[in-house]
Amino acid sequence: MTSPSASADGPGSKEATPDRPADPISAVPVRYPERWVAAGVVLVLAAMFVNMLLTNPAFNWPFMFEHMFSDPVVNGVWVTLSATVLSMVIGILLGIVLAVMRLSGNPVLVSVAWLYTWFFRGVPRLVLAVLFGNIAILYSTIHIGLPFDNYWMPMLGLEGDARFFEIDVRTLLSGYMAGLLALALSEGAYMAEIIRAGLQSVNKGQTEAAQALGMGRGKIMRRITLPQAMRVVIPPTGNETIAMLKDTALLAYVPVTIELFYQLQAIGTRTYQIFPMLVAACLWYLAITSVLMVGQYFIERRFSRSERGVENRIVGGTH
Amino acid sequence: MAEENHMPADDMAVETADALVVAEDVRKSFGRLEVLKGIDLEVRRGEVMCVVGPSGSGKSTFLRCVNHLEKLTAGRLWVNGELMGYRQRRGRLYELRDSEIAAQRSDIGMVFQRFNLFPHLTVLGNIIEAPTQVKRTPKARATERAMELLDRVGLPDKANAYPEQLSGGQQQRVAIARALAMEPSLMLFDEPTSALDPELVGEVLDVMRDLARGGMTMVVVTHEMGFAREVGDSLVFMDDGAVVEAGTPAEVLSNPRHERTRAFLSKVIQ
Repeated sequence: MTSPSASADGPGSKEATPDRPADPISAVPVRYPERWVAAGVVLVLAAMFVNMLLTNPAFNWPFMFEHMFSDPVVNGVWVTLSATVLSMVIGILLGIVLAVMRLSGNPVLVSVAWLYTWFFRGVPRLVLAVLFGNIAILYSTIHIGLPFDNYWMPMLGLEGDARFFEIDVRTLLSGYMAGLLALALSEGAYMAEIIRAGLQSVNKGQTEAAQALGMGRGKIMRRITLPQAMRVVIPPTGNETIAMLKDTALLAYVPVTIELFYQLQAIGTRTYQIFPMLVAACLWYLAITSVLMVGQYFIERRFSRSERGVENRIVGGTH
Repeated sequence: MAEENHMPADDMAVETADALVVAEDVRKSFGRLEVLKGIDLEVRRGEVMCVVGPSGSGKSTFLRCVNHLEKLTAGRLWVNGELMGYRQRRGRLYELRDSEIAAQRSDIGMVFQRFNLFPHLTVLGNIIEAPTQVKRTPKARATERAMELLDRVGLPDKANAYPEQLSGGQQQRVAIARALAMEPSLMLFDEPTSALDPELVGEVLDVMRDLARGGMTMVVVTHEMGFAREVGDSLVFMDDGAVVEAGTPAEVLSNPRHERTRAFLSKVIQ
């Protein structure tokens, strides 16, 4: 391998190296024929797949493009987007409350938060969606008033009830609202874990420094701990948002009839063009998640700003 | 509030008029481990007290007891005539609320070994955070004051830098400015130079020396014997959770009476 002249210029010889520029290495590279074979096989498979997409009549591309942008479908896209945003917003707020409860040290709050997380993480979202779709069986009306009035009012010898107004559940909690609630409550459980991890990632010294400055507990949480937890919380929250967008398809089983997946399936069954409409569903969800992924990339870059700052760190003191 | 708690009526001890910190039989245990075994100390107004001792001797724990970051297991501790963390009425102790303890702490500045600056805020943001949030100082006024303080610690051009862009010594000087922004009557230093590269120690000690000259009352846990000798009014040597020896720095450093003090000093001073 090594030529005799190269070994003469080896590490031992000192006089040649400093003033003579090094020869660039020109060597015959190792060949990997198996890589070419593997690439060829994959290319052939890919060509077969594309061919199938173009020639199999079951795809019925013209029909799909004609119906993919029809009014009820586009409306369904908006329903999907609004359900994603609303359930994430409610889920995050709920997650903050649950995470703070989990870390509060109050045994009642800790166990309630734990039980909540246990239930909503343990039951599949599809089951939750259907369950909430049928919640009106449990409550036909919701009364707003003082709790347990049916027990303590008679005990005190009082007539009537302590209910101030009532809501009809069948109108309030049907379809969209029921599905939204299912997704948001479930998301709250996942966000609670993410936010808890974020809060615990903040160094204890930060709290102590804030305490030493005379800041109270609430202020420390809002102004010191939460903002620092964000860096840890943001990336998984982006993933949750993308997952949530896909999970809005579960609303079809509540059922939420105005929702994207429900609409596409409805067109499919009505026209016996089931497969093109399922492909349309894939394309719609892919398009929206792709946009969200680009957004997530930029948000993550923004929140890792403080880490990049280390590169231009200024060493030494100014006196 | 300060007046109300001043001089608990039925209390036995304390308070020569110029004592700012009075510790009386302060004890602290973590589980079975007794870290402080009864500390009695007084820090006069304007005094700079240096606390030295081997690691694990309890000196940092004692410092954290002073501003109630650690709850005492037994004993009493007064700062500025106020019993820290409790209200004493008719011989009974009542725990103070979070907000009341926070108010007590706002009069005591603390500087930590690891700086603990808020990384998500600029240098200026770090300094004005407590004045604007706790004391409700208007932002313009707090900023003006912060710039004066930055000037005083020698960092007038770093207001808009983030902590991680600063060297350790600069961060610690910002941390001192941040504590001073609350205009405390007492400053606690918990090994302020122990996490610094050797060449950065001097700039922090310079700021502290300045502060001492300005008449600030300081309790400094440190390993810097030179600083203790030059700046300190008193020196306390702690070992195994107790005060072994206390006196002027000259006395303790040049003529230690106790064997344990001598053993420690021989290891620290080359």
